[in-house]
Amino acid sequence: MLSQNMVNLSYLAASVLFIMGLRGLAHPRTSVKGNRMAAVGMLLAIAVTLLSDKFDWQYILIGVAVGSVIGVVTAMKVKMTKMPEMVGLFNGFGGAASVLVAGSALMAALNAISMHGPGTQTKVATVASGIIGSVTFFGSYVAFGKLAEFLAVKWKLSLWQKIVKYGFSLIVVAGAVWFGEASFRSAGAPLSIGVMVCGATIAGLLLLQKDRFPGMNLLKILSAIIATALGVMVVLNPGNTMLFWAMVGAAGVLGVVLTFSIGGADMPVVIALLNSYSGLAAAATGFVINNDVLIISGALVGASGVILTKIMCKAMNRSLTNVLFGVLGPTKDTPSADDIYEGKVKVTSADEIAMLFDDARKVVFVPGYGMAVSQAQHAVRDLADLLEKRGISVDYAIHPVAGRMPGHMNILLAEANVEYDKLIEMDDINPTLKQVDVAIVIGANDVVNPVARTDPDSPIAGMPIIDADKARTVIVIKRGLSPGFAGIPNPLFVKDNTLMFFNDGKKAILDIISAVKGL
Amino acid sequence: MDGLVMLLTIFVLAIFVGFEIITKVPPTLHTPLMSGSNAISGITIIGALVLAGNLDGGSLAQILAFVAVIFATINVVGGFLVTDRMLKMFKKKD
Repeated sequence: MLSQNMVNLSYLAASVLFIMGLRGLAHPRTSVKGNRMAAVGMLLAIAVTLLSDKFDWQYILIGVAVGSVIGVVTAMKVKMTKMPEMVGLFNGFGGAASVLVAGSALMAALNAISMHGPGTQTKVATVASGIIGSVTFFGSYVAFGKLAEFLAVKWKLSLWQKIVKYGFSLIVVAGAVWFGEASFRSAGAPLSIGVMVCGATIAGLLLLQKDRFPGMNLLKILSAIIATALGVMVVLNPGNTMLFWAMVGAAGVLGVVLTFSIGGADMPVVIALLNSYSGLAAAATGFVINNDVLIISGALVGASGVILTKIMCKAMNRSLTNVLFGVLGPTKDTPSADDIYEGKVKVTSADEIAMLFDDARKVVFVPGYGMAVSQAQHAVRDLADLLEKRGISVDYAIHPVAGRMPGHMNILLAEANVEYDKLIEMDDINPTLKQVDVAIVIGANDVVNPVARTDPDSPIAGMPIIDADKARTVIVIKRGLSPGFAGIPNPLFVKDNTLMFFNDGKKAILDIISAVKGL
Repeated sequence: MDGLVMLLTIFVLAIFVGFEIITKVPPTLHTPLMSGSNAISGITIIGALVLAGNLDGGSLAQILAFVAVIFATINVVGGFLVTDRMLKMFKKKD
């Protein structure tokens, strides 16, 4: 068996590899190697752990095997358009692992023959790990469900969606009831019933079809207070493990309620936030078992998530509290769609658009979530290639919160083989838009809405936008005049230099390609 | 208390290191950053492995740790693989 020193040195090496790996992400050129370095670090940490002591191998082997199969299959098969869902879900798994390790460590520490029981550091860290992990797990499930569009929706669900939605709620409530019942004798009525109530609440909330209900904010505060109170009780009385599970339950309710009301536009913020939580939960678990590499890794991931969350909030000009507790949507002062649009919308055709390219030198695509939905990225790339052959320069204006996740548009376009130096950030491309001949807005709405600049009362006031309206001509490809996530009309659609092309994203681009070829 | 202070020191320093490296990641790579950092947070697996292999931990503790091993392994394996897949897509014409 390896000595503790060897093990710790190896953990240090693993941490260094993680840091160097993340450094590699500073540029697409070095990123693949960086990721592989981090993976090697992980392998090192795992190998050294397995060699550090005598173990009972059955659970380890089966667990790793099952996890690996699921991991490989999901990683290889998931489509890039579904990446936000997957990242959301995986964040949750990290949270679950942290809660379970903390709980297991608590029970193991109590079983061990020891005079003193767990120390204060261990107890506080266990509580932190349990709360953060539980909020992360249940919050991530909600994020996953909202992105996959089966939670908080009124429409009919597919078979798979139903299986996941009802299955998950069923497992949660059944598990909580069984657990509560089994522990009734040892833990007493209040805690057992508490656990069952939490399970039922979580399961029930998840089945709601509206994303808001009266008393929601009150429930958020209540569950936070209860979870914290139970956490304090765990520290005072660690022998009663039911307190821990009741705390996990209350934190779970908090996780669900916090994420349930968050709208589609704010999903990028939530995913980034949950990403940081999964890191913090890992760090807390590190404090529980006194492990450096968990603490370092958790801190790296936590910092990463916090930075992304800040960037997302800045990109929407909304504070984090506003995202978590506020409401995004039209107010009574918001002009109605009819006022803005009535009689002023100019509709165009593929042929007309093709003719616009005749004397164009610079074209910029502004992609949004709609492009992802219609899977138009490959068609867009084809059109771009066609235009470039005619000597037109083509770039892509990427708004930080376009899509459902930071960087969503970038991976879709990368998947379509668009070179990464054509994917230009908002701050870099905005100054050049007045020299652009044609700006093609495909599936984007709020991120190009000039109301953000002009109307201080608008829900998107102050949000930095892509200045698509500064281009000579703007083509907006959209299926209809429906609003984006902010729920407000967009005056860009009726500006003098704007033409609307009402069509599905992919079909629209394909039509334009035929028209250009036919010229 | 010595041990705790040491761990806290490492934690705080690691956060600073984290901020420094992550701010250099361009928006283009934010998605693989999230999946990659999530894979790294799967480091919880080593705690889970120790507990799942614990010879005298008691069966409930071992079962919880076993489930934790599964979740953490999915994060690690799935996370690094999907990040690799995404990163390979970013190309530049030579």
